[in-house]
Amino acid sequence: MCHQTVGLVARALEAAGMPTLCLTAAYSITAAANPPRAAFVDVPLGNTVGRPHDPEFQRDVLRRALAAAQTMDVPGTITDLGVSWDGDGSWKRFASSTGVGSGDGEDDRRQRLDTPQYQYEADRLAAGG
Amino acid sequence: MLVFSKMWLEHAVAAGPWHDGPVTSTLPVDYIALTRAQYDALGYQAYQWAERPDPPAWTPMPTLASASVVLIGSGGAYREGQVAYHWKDDTGIRHIPSAEPATDIRVTHFAYDLEPAREDPNIVFPVDRLRELVDEGVIGGLAPTALGCMGGIYSVRRAEQELAPAIVDEVLAMRDAGQADVALFVPV
Repeated sequence: MCHQTVGLVARALEAAGMPTLCLTAAYSITAAANPPRAAFVDVPLGNTVGRPHDPEFQRDVLRRALAAAQTMDVPGTITDLGVSWDGDGSWKRFASSTGVGSGDGEDDRRQRLDTPQYQYEADRLAAGG
Repeated sequence: MLVFSKMWLEHAVAAGPWHDGPVTSTLPVDYIALTRAQYDALGYQAYQWAERPDPPAWTPMPTLASASVVLIGSGGAYREGQVAYHWKDDTGIRHIPSAEPATDIRVTHFAYDLEPAREDPNIVFPVDRLRELVDEGVIGGLAPTALGCMGGIYSVRRAEQELAPAIVDEVLAMRDAGQADVALFVPV
């Protein structure tokens, strides 16, 4: 959903005269939404810019994406940045549509609650909630 | 660098426990196929993904080394003191100062494993890394305000008619104020 939303918003923003670049870890969803420029990062959902606490990995993803954007000249281009998560792609065996749960056929999606979902209880208090 | 054609997608193999086919590191995981398989298994109607085959608009990309970039992250980033997103098509936006360290950023979203991003918000909202790329000269600058949203919006209509115009207004105001030349989107 997130990738779809971003693709649609990027289309609107570019149409308003602002150049855009979308990172994407979900190739097919981005291809369907068809934003002007996208850079594909082949990593598990939830890690679009790379591994936590690995600044060089993260900078490398961003440098590659920005360099790719500089040379794209066809609307709707998706460039594979050639980023590798684990060398052999074995993480893909365990990929699920939500990035969470076991994928064993149970409905493991989180409930879509309609109240603010704070990371910490202290956040709720800080926000006056 | 390899540029995939859209046609090529039809031959992509869906990975994961829903599919017994081969997996290689060169094929992207097809999350549309995974979602379809998951919904099928649960007896739910297929989700209608947005398809926009018409070519997108195009605005020339300036030289990034001298351009200011506005970060727009849809992974549910907010800052302590702000109201967190809810998980039912929240189309709100949060303003996050890009000069502040990412340690002050929180994330909430129903559709991905939040643990890694809560360890290091830069993997979904890379403000620290983008400041470093300004120092390296890769980009010319960073807009003082980054925008957070919660992109897990099932309603395509609400994404296009509520969130998109709100982000367009915010970003054009930044552009007109001389703060932003290019928008970088980071979905999760």
